[in-house]
Amino acid sequence: MIHLENVEKVYRTEAGEVRALDGVSLDVQAGEFIAIMGSSGSGKSTMMNIIGLLDDPTAGTYTLDGADVSKLDDDTRSKLRGRLFGFVFQSYNLVPRMTAVEQVELPLLYQRGTNRRAMALEALDRVGLADRASHQPNQLSGGQQQRVAIARSLVVHPNVILADEPTGALDTRTSEEVMGIFGNLAREQRITVVVVTHESNIADFTNRTVRMRDGLIISDERRLQVIPSSASSPDASIPVSEVGS
Amino acid sequence: MSILDSIRTALRAIAANRLRSGLTALGLVIGVASVIVLIAVGQGAQQGVQERIRGLGSDLIFVKPAAQTDRSTGARGAQGGGITLTAADADAITEAKIPGVVGIAPQLSFNAQAIAQSQNLGVTIIGTTPSYADVRDARVAQGAFIGADDIDRRSLTIVLGSAVAASLFPDGDAIGQQVRIALGPQGFNFRVLGVMEPRGGTGEQDNYAFIPVSSLSARFQFLRNPRGDISVNQINIRTAPGAKQEPIETAITDVLAQRHQVVTPDFTVQSQNDLVGAAAEVSRTLSILLGSIAGISLIVGGIGTMNIMLVSVTERTREIGIRRAVGARGTDVMRQFVTEAIVLSLVGGLIGTGIGVGVAMGIDGRDISGTAMQTAIQTWSIVLAFGVALLVGLISGSYPAFRAARLDPILALRSE
Repeated sequence: MIHLENVEKVYRTEAGEVRALDGVSLDVQAGEFIAIMGSSGSGKSTMMNIIGLLDDPTAGTYTLDGADVSKLDDDTRSKLRGRLFGFVFQSYNLVPRMTAVEQVELPLLYQRGTNRRAMALEALDRVGLADRASHQPNQLSGGQQQRVAIARSLVVHPNVILADEPTGALDTRTSEEVMGIFGNLAREQRITVVVVTHESNIADFTNRTVRMRDGLIISDERRLQVIPSSASSPDASIPVSEVGS
Repeated sequence: MSILDSIRTALRAIAANRLRSGLTALGLVIGVASVIVLIAVGQGAQQGVQERIRGLGSDLIFVKPAAQTDRSTGARGAQGGGITLTAADADAITEAKIPGVVGIAPQLSFNAQAIAQSQNLGVTIIGTTPSYADVRDARVAQGAFIGADDIDRRSLTIVLGSAVAASLFPDGDAIGQQVRIALGPQGFNFRVLGVMEPRGGTGEQDNYAFIPVSSLSARFQFLRNPRGDISVNQINIRTAPGAKQEPIETAITDVLAQRHQVVTPDFTVQSQNDLVGAAAEVSRTLSILLGSIAGISLIVGGIGTMNIMLVSVTERTREIGIRRAVGARGTDVMRQFVTEAIVLSLVGGLIGTGIGVGVAMGIDGRDISGTAMQTAIQTWSIVLAFGVALLVGLISGSYPAFRAARLDPILALRSE
């Protein structure tokens, strides 16, 4: 469903041109659980922003569900982004002084439809936070905040969830929980989950790892088996660094 | 995003930062309140002056001596300063039988001290003729006004204004009592003929005391005219109700210019309409001045709003990024901040209107450093202030909102 072909992204700065993406091609199918790895400056965030329609490519084409979306105007991109994508960030990115259920309702504010509260509560229930609906971010733990953020990304029933270092601020156990939730979403609801990370043990939860360096994809490994639903024991048939160590 | 959602979001954002929102709104509160109060004060002053002029009686024309120029120095004195009018001038106007003139009363007024028993009071002495009562619409409450024989006999009789009678004779019953009028070295005892009805208004006219004009120049040496005429410093002329005053003014000017044998009149002829017009002009200027000052404070309030909105946009950059990431268009973000600024100025405008109306009503009739304040709250000033506050909110919210809408979502999400 996601198809990048020779995508380039060039930033013009005072110091000159920066080629953040130097011709990247990638295919992602619906329901894939994929990790994008690389050091900082490798272009992984830029690629994620382009996939998530937060940014547009300088050159190359981006096809989403068969439609070319590489040259859309800002409003159309915003609309598609709100409908098709859910975002999860390292720093949770919750709005201060807003209750959990209001955070989750936020994407629905920009779409047609009623029953926002009910949909938001349902999404919170899916991440096991129904009882925290009226809590504000500062009353929640890091893991709980990230689950609120996941609920917010889920509430629009997106085709794709894009997670940028979603476990970067979490301890190991909570990280496993979060990755477990993503795994379930991919497997059970056929939601494509793209996780950007630089931790290989996090990448090991997924069934495909794309490595990047200097704006290029340098490797793309698929695992043949799907990881089990229990987050505590990822599939052992593939090279996995020790989880929870 | 629906308008209702926008307003709800704006109210949440305002409530989330009460102190800052309050301080922002305060600028507009003060602006709106000061527009309402200052315009009420200006309009009150205007009404006060007009009431005072109308209190003189309507359908009146006044003839006064013109300003005199000192031939040796060229210095120009105040209007009415030199006494060039006489009681005979008044008679000449009467004899001219100008159509539309229904009554003529000369007057010679000056300030003097009135003494009765143990009471002592500064009063305005009006030397005049019996026709004054009709011309100036002054009615006697007790006793009688100056009569024709008082003029002929130059009698030492006096008619007291209501306030004068009340001060000099607190026990009442002033009729027949003696009042000593002292001016400089001279003083004479006058017998009280009557007491006037209160005129109200500013109370100025209740502090008058009336004396036959002939008695004044007969008794007080300094008022005596070298040619033996009775000097006056004002001739009051009543015109028929609704009569056009301009032709009458011209006719009077002609009569007097001929009598005085002058080309440049040594007198001025003014109708009450002229006075009302002049006073209205002055107080309109005052209103505009006060209104402009208030307008400036409203603009300052608007600048404050813009400042805070800019701070707010900067502070909430990340929130803007989050909203963009979950599907908000630039226009949605813009609408959110504009709505916030409008709601804020609406609240400020409402509170400001409340305070403005309250203060304007509160100071009405109060004595502020010796001046009795008179305020007249104008509906249009409330509408104006409120409208300007909203407009200011809209304008000062637009630029920050525009900046918010233009933020790059990626950078916004990364901001601290």
